[in-house]
Amino acid sequence: MAVLPPGLTAEQFAAAVRMFEDAVGKEWVFTSDEDLTPYRDSFSTVWGTPDERLAAGAVAPSSVEQVQAVVRIANRYRVPLFPISTGKNFGYGGPSANLAGSVIVDLKRMNRVLEVDENRHFALVEAGVSYFDLYRYIQERGLKVWIDCPDPGWGSPVGNSLERGIGYTLPYFRDHFGASCGMEVVLANGEVMRTGMGALPAAKTWQEYRYGFGPDPAGLFAQGNFGIVTKMGFRLMPQPEHYRTGKITVLRRRDLIPLVKTVNYLSDSFLIGEPVYASPLTALLGNGEFLEAATRQGGAVDAEMDRFASDHRLPAWQVELQFYGPEKTCLANWEYAKERLMREIPGAAAFEGESLRIPITPKQLENLDAPYPTGIRRNTALGIPSLGIWKIVSGDGHVGLFPIIPRSGEAVFEAQRVLGDATREFNLPPFFSAVTAPLHWHSFAFQMVFAPSISRSDPAHNALVEQAVLKVIRVAAEHGWGDYRAPTVYQDAVADTFSFNNHVLRHFHETLKDAADPNGILAPGRGGVWPKRFRSAG
Amino acid sequence: MKRLPFTVIAAAGLLALVNAVAGDGDGELSAAAGKVVYERVCAPCHSRGAGTDGASMLPGAAALAAKYQGKVSPFLEDRSDLTADALKVFVRRGVGAMPMFRQTEISDAEIEAVAAYLNAPK
Repeated sequence: MAVLPPGLTAEQFAAAVRMFEDAVGKEWVFTSDEDLTPYRDSFSTVWGTPDERLAAGAVAPSSVEQVQAVVRIANRYRVPLFPISTGKNFGYGGPSANLAGSVIVDLKRMNRVLEVDENRHFALVEAGVSYFDLYRYIQERGLKVWIDCPDPGWGSPVGNSLERGIGYTLPYFRDHFGASCGMEVVLANGEVMRTGMGALPAAKTWQEYRYGFGPDPAGLFAQGNFGIVTKMGFRLMPQPEHYRTGKITVLRRRDLIPLVKTVNYLSDSFLIGEPVYASPLTALLGNGEFLEAATRQGGAVDAEMDRFASDHRLPAWQVELQFYGPEKTCLANWEYAKERLMREIPGAAAFEGESLRIPITPKQLENLDAPYPTGIRRNTALGIPSLGIWKIVSGDGHVGLFPIIPRSGEAVFEAQRVLGDATREFNLPPFFSAVTAPLHWHSFAFQMVFAPSISRSDPAHNALVEQAVLKVIRVAAEHGWGDYRAPTVYQDAVADTFSFNNHVLRHFHETLKDAADPNGILAPGRGGVWPKRFRSAG
Repeated sequence: MKRLPFTVIAAAGLLALVNAVAGDGDGELSAAAGKVVYERVCAPCHSRGAGTDGASMLPGAAALAAKYQGKVSPFLEDRSDLTADALKVFVRRGVGAMPMFRQTEISDAEIEAVAAYLNAPK
């Protein structure tokens, strides 16, 4: 399994490894197969194939100074580095690099929560801090702030936000990169830079005003390869006094259009948290006649879907609404949402959910008392990290692709039809059918989920999944839907679709990359940005 | 609000002990340190108690329940047959949906401490 960095001899790499050992300690440099196995992407479609991006080694610094030393050594030997925070990122490449033969810079040991301010509502953390770590820090001190966490809590705020990951509370906080505020970065030349107000040596507002003065390069480090982020600030949500839920159902397929329109208004007016859409007709997918209608080539027929709904006394769509804040405000916002949606959409019905004082009890956290089956995941809705979501991971895992589509019912119908037709040939589970609901994870856009399973023992299945993924990327782009994030091995394919004006954006990134990282040592290929020496090679 | 199943009071101090004591023959102290590591790394998936949103078990316990069909307890803390070497295989290579864990997440010494904790008299 041994892999060398591109262009290095075994002797040169051995010399670099000795210098890494001097920099961080021999016990924190890994080159054996046994130690490097956990740096493979266990959710990979190219597991065990020549296309797998195996690492040449891993190095785990414990301080910013050690990261600087690692970068300087990498420059000397032209060793490509690939930084990870906690290295989870399942479904998107895990800890694996874009380039085989990279040395993984594992930042997990940099695990200090540096500051949490419960009055100004922010945190400053090192790159290896996990959501569990940050939550525990806050709980142990009784601080009245919430984090917004992704499904599994073992990931890191820094890594997840740099992947532009998402969460489940209020819109502002669900966009994890958007809610970041200030970062510290080791640049390719080994210098340490701070963004935003952090560039002011006596800064007092590093985590409160993200821009500083002049151009703000912070965005370059998300899905980018311009530096190694060692610290990052995040805005935190003040702990609300109360949490309330409610459900709205609508009868007809086309009712999704006005439903989305008004829920958008509620969301963009900061009245609700994540709206959780679903189709109760999903329960009929086991019915062959319904399955055929819901996955019909060319798209479902509205009248046919409405007939199924009527015959089975099921609504076509539902949305669960979540309210955070003072108890009276939660109630007032729910009453407003109810009144408006029922007035605007004939046949709409409203169902009272739960009304919980914060902090909730352990029993309430179990989420067993909702008066109707709920799609809301209680932990993440309340910013409490867990690994409970791992129950949905079957077999060897899956890859994730999430085309971003407009926040409208019409766009949902189009995506169902186009992506359903595009994936029919692969005989995968029906990810895109007439009952596929949009995800409102991002603050101002919908996503559709495509997450086919992979197998570490069935390369033929993985090859099929790869064909399907590449087709979804291409067809989605043809219809104006770009992917927000992609597994490492598919980042070039996604980046290729962002080709406006003959790939000017890529050329701009490459110009910056070559200037900031002339030896091309930092995460070559990440986000589809390759340094000159690897572009020349191929 | 429910706390996660961590009892990390003085965790930093105990964790600092792990590398020093695990595998040195001081079973009692290794077991104590291993308990802290177990609760930090293993318990979020393998401990007793309900899973999230109606799941009767946490995912790791549920997977073992499905695997053993009642012949072996699905809860690691009930087991006394998991040696450090066996744990290392599962931890470093993963199994099924359980991913692989790196030395920076749980060191070999910490795995040995967890084995000492699981195998200590209960």
